[in-house]
Amino acid sequence: MDFLTLFIVIPIITMIGIVLVRDTKQVKIVSAVGMTLQLINSAILIIMFLLQRSAGNIAEILFIKDVVWYPSLNIHYFVGVDGVSVAMLGLTSIVIFAGIFASWEVKDLTKEFFISLILLSTGVYGFFISLDLFTMFLFYEVAVIPMYLLIGIWGSGPRHYSAMKLTLMLMGGSAFILVGLLGLYFNSNPTGGPLTFDLIHISKIHIPLNIQLFFFPFLFLGFGVLGALYPFHTWSPDGHASAPTAVSMLHAGVLMKLGGYGCYRVAVFLLPDAAHQLGWIFLILTTISVIYGAFGAIWQKDLKYINAYSSVSHCGLVLFAILMFNKTAMNGAIIQMISHGIMTALFFALIGMIYGRTHTRLINEMGGLMKVMPFLAVAYVIGGLASLGLPGFSGFVAEMTIFFGAFQHPDVFHRVVTIIACSSIVVTAVYILRVVGILLMGKIRNDHFLEIRDAKWHEKLSVGVLIFGITAIGLAPLWLSDMINNGLTPIITRLLAAVQ
Amino acid sequence: MITFSYTVFIVLIPFILFLLLGFFGNKFKPVVSGIIGTTGLFTSFLLSCYTAWQYFFVVPKVGGAFVKLIGYNITWLRFTENLHVDLGVLLDPISVMMLIVITTVSFMVHLYSIGYMKGEKGFERFFAFLSLFSFAMLGLVIATNIFQMYIFWELVGVSSYLLIGFYYEKDTAVAASKKAFIVTRFADLGFLIGILILSVTTKTFDFITLTDPKGPALMQGGSILFMGLSTMTWSMIFVFMGGAGKSAMFPLHIWLPDAMEGPTPVSALIHAATMVVAGVFLVARMFPIYVISAPAALEVVAYVGGFTSLFAAVIACTQFDIKRVLAYSTMSQIGYMMLALGVSGYGGHEGLGYMASMFHLFTHAFFKALLFLGAGAIIHAVHSNYMNEMGGLRKYLPITHATFLIACLAIAGIPPFAGFFSKDEILAAAFEHNKILWAVEYAVAGLTAFYMFRLYFSVFWGKEVHYHHTPHEAPLVMTIPLMLLAAGSIFAGFIPFQNLVTSDGLPFVKEIELSIAIPSVFIALLGIVIATIFYRKETTLPEKLAKGLGGFYRAAFHKFYFDELYLFITKKIIFNHISTPIAWFDRHIVDGGMNGVSFVTNQVSDKIKRFQSGQLQQYAWVFVSGAIALALAFIYYWTL
Repeated sequence: MDFLTLFIVIPIITMIGIVLVRDTKQVKIVSAVGMTLQLINSAILIIMFLLQRSAGNIAEILFIKDVVWYPSLNIHYFVGVDGVSVAMLGLTSIVIFAGIFASWEVKDLTKEFFISLILLSTGVYGFFISLDLFTMFLFYEVAVIPMYLLIGIWGSGPRHYSAMKLTLMLMGGSAFILVGLLGLYFNSNPTGGPLTFDLIHISKIHIPLNIQLFFFPFLFLGFGVLGALYPFHTWSPDGHASAPTAVSMLHAGVLMKLGGYGCYRVAVFLLPDAAHQLGWIFLILTTISVIYGAFGAIWQKDLKYINAYSSVSHCGLVLFAILMFNKTAMNGAIIQMISHGIMTALFFALIGMIYGRTHTRLINEMGGLMKVMPFLAVAYVIGGLASLGLPGFSGFVAEMTIFFGAFQHPDVFHRVVTIIACSSIVVTAVYILRVVGILLMGKIRNDHFLEIRDAKWHEKLSVGVLIFGITAIGLAPLWLSDMINNGLTPIITRLLAAVQ
Repeated sequence: MITFSYTVFIVLIPFILFLLLGFFGNKFKPVVSGIIGTTGLFTSFLLSCYTAWQYFFVVPKVGGAFVKLIGYNITWLRFTENLHVDLGVLLDPISVMMLIVITTVSFMVHLYSIGYMKGEKGFERFFAFLSLFSFAMLGLVIATNIFQMYIFWELVGVSSYLLIGFYYEKDTAVAASKKAFIVTRFADLGFLIGILILSVTTKTFDFITLTDPKGPALMQGGSILFMGLSTMTWSMIFVFMGGAGKSAMFPLHIWLPDAMEGPTPVSALIHAATMVVAGVFLVARMFPIYVISAPAALEVVAYVGGFTSLFAAVIACTQFDIKRVLAYSTMSQIGYMMLALGVSGYGGHEGLGYMASMFHLFTHAFFKALLFLGAGAIIHAVHSNYMNEMGGLRKYLPITHATFLIACLAIAGIPPFAGFFSKDEILAAAFEHNKILWAVEYAVAGLTAFYMFRLYFSVFWGKEVHYHHTPHEAPLVMTIPLMLLAAGSIFAGFIPFQNLVTSDGLPFVKEIELSIAIPSVFIALLGIVIATIFYRKETTLPEKLAKGLGGFYRAAFHKFYFDELYLFITKKIIFNHISTPIAWFDRHIVDGGMNGVSFVTNQVSDKIKRFQSGQLQQYAWVFVSGAIALALAFIYYWTL
């Protein structure tokens, strides 16, 4: 078996293990072991990848494995990674690892909960390693479906409504994506010969402009829905508010990145001419996302809503940077995906832990929590500072790479929207400090809070891993940036060719 | 060849201290944290002194001028081939001078805080934050490129935020910290835009390349960008916006007075001596670009500085909180420094303003830190911030009194104290370039002397106040820093800055111009005399004067209503008229649209679901009538 397939096999074995064991404690141990293995696996993958690169292996895709699994439509199990997918796999492993420990205290249907959670992560892993569009789409659906169950069964508040809304909107996106993928498939061999879903193959051919123009919006919007593109973002606040902690973490941390990654890897990479022609429309939408999300977050009173709107703003920046079509900005987009993934997972984990103690998520009902739970409070401040782009944390690296990349664009329109997007750093500071001020500082408003205990060991582990992630990238970003940069060469070459 | 790679430790020691105290501080006894922090900073201080000695006296000059040296450099992040962010140590006269200033004041403040913060909750947290700040500030001044400066610029901002909000259970402190961060963040947006423009125009971040006479920044022609100003001018104006925010220049000054909510040693270190002069340092760092490529931006610097110095001095005369008086005084003095840069030329005696600005920055650090630490000793003794609740303290606090008096004389510009020399240079530079600003600064010199001695007499002389318990002098650990800084305030003026820190690195000759110096001393003395009459003994004169000035006094007392204005903009306009409607729009229009789609789908399916009723008669009826209808239609078309 090849190395990348391990990323799918390990979760499957873990799920089988969960089915076999008896009590909830064993379920948790099996899940924890499985996801720890995934984390180690990702670390090994990153090291192996970097070693291959430094050994001078300049192949576009490494660790390729190609097996036909449905010959009549020429569908392959075709996997391989470049710098970008390696980074995304690392992100997934960190978030799922932290997610397992954050849901250590799930009481109802523990077995089913962990199975769904790990099934979701399997879909995500599969999505990031696939290079066959159909297989990729399959894994995408695997990732989206368990979400319905996870929110509908283990959620809180109006969970049925939220689960239905989220699933339907994402399914709507899927329908768009499917149309786009079929469009690519039927145009994958203009000279005659077998049609294919092979992403690398399609990236080497030229699809006629009118076909590109027709299918690009389907793909970009389809993936954009998952990436919280304005105005298709409203599933996000409701979905997050109802979802249990680990699900919010995985959803905002990883699943939303599928959208950004899809826009980058499929929509823009395969249809570069259309991207150039239609990019400005989506650029306006993403700029709106960035500012609108940030202003929307200022007003909110529920911690999860605040974070959901903040995610709209940050994820908007991802799509914004992808649409700048240059290497620096795209690099920033990928770093932003990773940075936001870890950061937002951290936030949702902390919100879940705070909620577990105070039984409210409304900031006005809390206050002075710094005094009673210093560990969680300090972690929240760190998350907040990372989110508002403080140097030393990953958010700064990502945002600066995006802004400096985007501003390199010679066009005035692009520079103006860059400056508009830049101004989000101020608005972000406003809503973050507002929450920190009300929630953690000041005096304790409720005497019951005096009996609150600080974090337990599994919560510390979960939070600690995520904080380690954002500071590691924030302090030493060069290796990550270089690794991603390498993987961007094909798309940039293709986009440059599209201009001429 | 002398290597300066050890200079990296000047910066790294405080960072290591921060990690040590931040993670393990609660494991030690509080005083141990204090001693560790202080020792660490003392090491940094010694290294800085050694660096200064090496740099100024040992390293050979090139053509008589001090050279810019790179002590250490690594690449931290790469944007494009040319644009890469390095982290390193750049040594030139101003960065070496700043190393001395920061490590000296920081060391003094660390020492002082062992006494001042004794028994406070979070003692080790305080020292951890102080170390973090020292790290960030040192990193800022030794930056080799503008992006490194921006990185540390943000870090000093956050350490300032953390320290202002140190008493996090106090609502005013939390609000003040938030305000400070957001206002400076807004200014930093300008800084960022400035760097963006600069980076695409010059394709570099590096200071040595940027300030190189043959470099891309200085060779820029007058290409017009927007509103008749060139690209470089716009970029420098935006960069100055960042500097103005950090240095509390009008109209971005509103955070500084509120920042006094932080512990007093913090005010001394961050909001008087070091961080708030970062803006001045920034302009000085980019000075060749300002003076050669962007003279219009330099005008802006001069006028903003001049106006702020007057504006703040007027407000300072009306405040009663001693720390706020000092805060406004700081703004006013920084205004002086900005103005000096603004009226300076480049090279030789033309660069007098530049040298004067740096000189004033240097001397101001000593006497302002001393004033704040003295204020801390006073507050420590009487547990109040308000000078109208004080009086006659000279008997109880002899050391504080003596050192405070020295600092007051220094800031008022009385020879031979330090402030006299640096202020005189600024006035001379202003006289040569801009007569209006020169006149303004004379007025400010008088006001400065007045408000400082108003403070001095109100606290140490004036009415006899009956205190709850007898005030007592601070412990030695607090008074030793006072005495050392007082020595600095007396002697710092004799340092020959014209030989060390100049705009082009070449020494030049300057003398004290009596025609400037004598009137300025007289104006200062006049201010002192008026203050003596008003406040030496308790009189009703101040109230009469306040009444006489009427509306103007009230406006000044309320800081010209700028807080209210900002509150109006943020609360009323942004919160109520932007954010709330967006949130509403999102819930009702965007989300409502989505729900509408599902509603319509639901309704339609509800309507059409009757087609599949399962009743055979209905199906048969539809089938037969459909067949007949089709048959009729076909017949109709065929017979045509």
